[in-house]
Amino acid sequence: MSTEAIPRARTDAPRRVAAGTRRVSDESRPALGFLAPFVLLYLLFVIGPALYGLLMSFFHTSLVKPGLNGFAGLSNYSEALRSADFWSSLWHTLWFTILTTPPLVVLALGFALLADRVGFGRWFFRFAFFAPYILPSAVVALIWIWLYTPGLGLLDTALGKVGLTAPNWLGSENFAMISLAITTVWWTLGFNFVLYLAGLQDIPRELYEAAAIDGATPWQQIRTITVPLLGRTTTLVAVLQVIASLKVFDQMYLITLGGPNFKTRSILQLVYDEGFTNFRTGYAAAISMLFFVVVLAVSAGWFMLVRRQEREV
Amino acid sequence: MRGEPGSVRSAGGSAISRRSLLRGAVAAGVGIGAASLTGCSVPVLNGLTASREEPGTVQFWNLFGGGDGVRMQQMLDGYRRSHPAVTLVATTLTWGNPYYTKLSLATVGDKPPDVAVAHLTRMRNLVAGGLLQELRPDDLDRFGLTRDKFNPQTWDAGLVDGKVYAIPIDTHPFVMFYNTEICQKAGLMDGDKIRPITSEAAFADAMRKAKAVTGGYGGVVAVINENATPWRIFQSLYAQLGGKMLADEGREVVVDDAKASQVLNLLQGLTKDGTFPRTADYQGSIATFANGQAGFLFQGEWEITTFQTAKMPFSMAPFPNVYGGSNYACQADSHTLVLPRRPGADPAQLDRSLGFIRSMLDQSKTWAEGGHVPSWLPFRDSDEYKQMTPQSYYAAAADAAVYDPDGWYSGSGSGFEIVTGAAIGSVLSGQSTPATALRQIRTKLGNLAATATPI
Repeated sequence: MSTEAIPRARTDAPRRVAAGTRRVSDESRPALGFLAPFVLLYLLFVIGPALYGLLMSFFHTSLVKPGLNGFAGLSNYSEALRSADFWSSLWHTLWFTILTTPPLVVLALGFALLADRVGFGRWFFRFAFFAPYILPSAVVALIWIWLYTPGLGLLDTALGKVGLTAPNWLGSENFAMISLAITTVWWTLGFNFVLYLAGLQDIPRELYEAAAIDGATPWQQIRTITVPLLGRTTTLVAVLQVIASLKVFDQMYLITLGGPNFKTRSILQLVYDEGFTNFRTGYAAAISMLFFVVVLAVSAGWFMLVRRQEREV
Repeated sequence: MRGEPGSVRSAGGSAISRRSLLRGAVAAGVGIGAASLTGCSVPVLNGLTASREEPGTVQFWNLFGGGDGVRMQQMLDGYRRSHPAVTLVATTLTWGNPYYTKLSLATVGDKPPDVAVAHLTRMRNLVAGGLLQELRPDDLDRFGLTRDKFNPQTWDAGLVDGKVYAIPIDTHPFVMFYNTEICQKAGLMDGDKIRPITSEAAFADAMRKAKAVTGGYGGVVAVINENATPWRIFQSLYAQLGGKMLADEGREVVVDDAKASQVLNLLQGLTKDGTFPRTADYQGSIATFANGQAGFLFQGEWEITTFQTAKMPFSMAPFPNVYGGSNYACQADSHTLVLPRRPGADPAQLDRSLGFIRSMLDQSKTWAEGGHVPSWLPFRDSDEYKQMTPQSYYAAAADAAVYDPDGWYSGSGSGFEIVTGAAIGSVLSGQSTPATALRQIRTKLGNLAATATPI
């Protein structure tokens, strides 16, 4: 009996190991096969052009001449770093990020909390808040250009009826960016809202019941249970929002053309202006590489913050 | 457990397994794909091997939308009726940069259209980039496209080193629209036309009188979300003073501070005291004029169709000769037809393209109905055109046209126009002083001028 058990144990282990290695190499070949088309397209259309863009930034590449044109060394980079247009565009992008990220995080959480508690017609509120997100940027731009039209627009006439003078929505050099921020918050709130709604479902009901038994008010429950347990969702939403705000282009290009007087020109719109309007694609590539460094720095800083937070938790 | 896992038992007892269903779907899909691929294989192969679509085709690119687009379609249909053997493939792209970048890239990639529209100010840069075919005199003679048939100013302005690269079809100047009823009440009319305005004082006076009649504004010009219009109104006045912006093909900035300040002060004064609205965007300026809230509108002549459709009492005149005296000038550009450079010379294709251009010129009447001043003299000098009012009222503006200065960064919708238009618009909207705007223009144009040309 015992002599039978030991040989079985001895043969079992090697067989298990052999089966394990066979399973890994068996599964990896079809897995690679399924991934191959995507990897090919990714290399062709994302990695390849990114590397070519890096190469282009060291040359005087032009839109109307084939090939790389003359070697420029670092002169494109030094021109960008010395250019007032570059620094002001960078500042406009950061200002836009500062204007949009807090509302898009806080308002999304607020609306998600309200939509979670509503008793009936929950599907309607979910749809209503998410619907603007599915609109393409050109449609959003058209709608808000008409809303913001001076004198004739809906916002001007509505404020006029209440007796307030509307600000110069898109014409004021100081206020135009705020108008674009309002448009963006209306447009992209839905995405963060849906993320928060999903995160709220994960919080177990018993915690709220226990807190209610202990005498916590609803506001205390939100502050001490909901917000901390949504920490991971908040991090995700904030990171996604910051990076999306840094990449803003559509609203500026379609609504204000970067105006008035370049005061809403974001860094990607500067890349477009230099690369396409001024034909200087090499210089535009250099600006976009510098922008890439900025985004990397912001992301890296954010991850350091989150890593420290998660370690504390 | 009955049957194999994943099988569906229908009532008749035959089982379609999931695997066989998927296999059948893939086979059907491949079959459909192969069938459609053979159907559209010719364009696909042509796209991959850069061969022509089929013989007897003219590919035409233009940037005309709105009212211009409608008229261009009428002219294209006219060509199709008169040349049934030729297949005309016309593509309309968005005005401005989206059009010129695609035209440049298509030509650099050896797949350009046969004929394309180009602004005269942009055409010179296309020539500098080696993107256009030279039009030889003997080819042009065969189709009757000789200098004596065109407005000589426009023809000569389109020459590069004495060679012809573009055939002008029109000049579109910056003009003055005026509400005839309001001007009648304000006592500004002289018969059925407006009395010419020939001084700064007369200009200010006319605007004030119109404002008194409307109770709203005297005149309106697009200021917000607009770069082209502020530049155009500035250039019309500045050129009347004899001022120049750039020299040496754009390598030198020669802005005359005194003259520019004079113009900017005039423009600032218009919006400061409320004679002109400070916050009008392009559509808003059209609406304000069409509603009779302003007596004057300063814009390009292409808006004529808008006001004819609105059935409002209006007429048009050349931009007022405020400073010019005997040297009248106004900002304008011209549309031209060009032949992008293509690999390999095909004489039959060249003939088809030139025949298409001749057909467009023969239909100048349709084009002139959209407000443009025709460059084709056989039509412009005809009685038919003289009877077209108000188009014929401002025909003389084409002879006084001042084009945007030479430079790789200049032309319609270019960096030059954006830089100047942004600064001038800032003065018009009251957010910048003339001195600040001038400084900004000098600095930004100086940066562009100092940059090596990418063309």
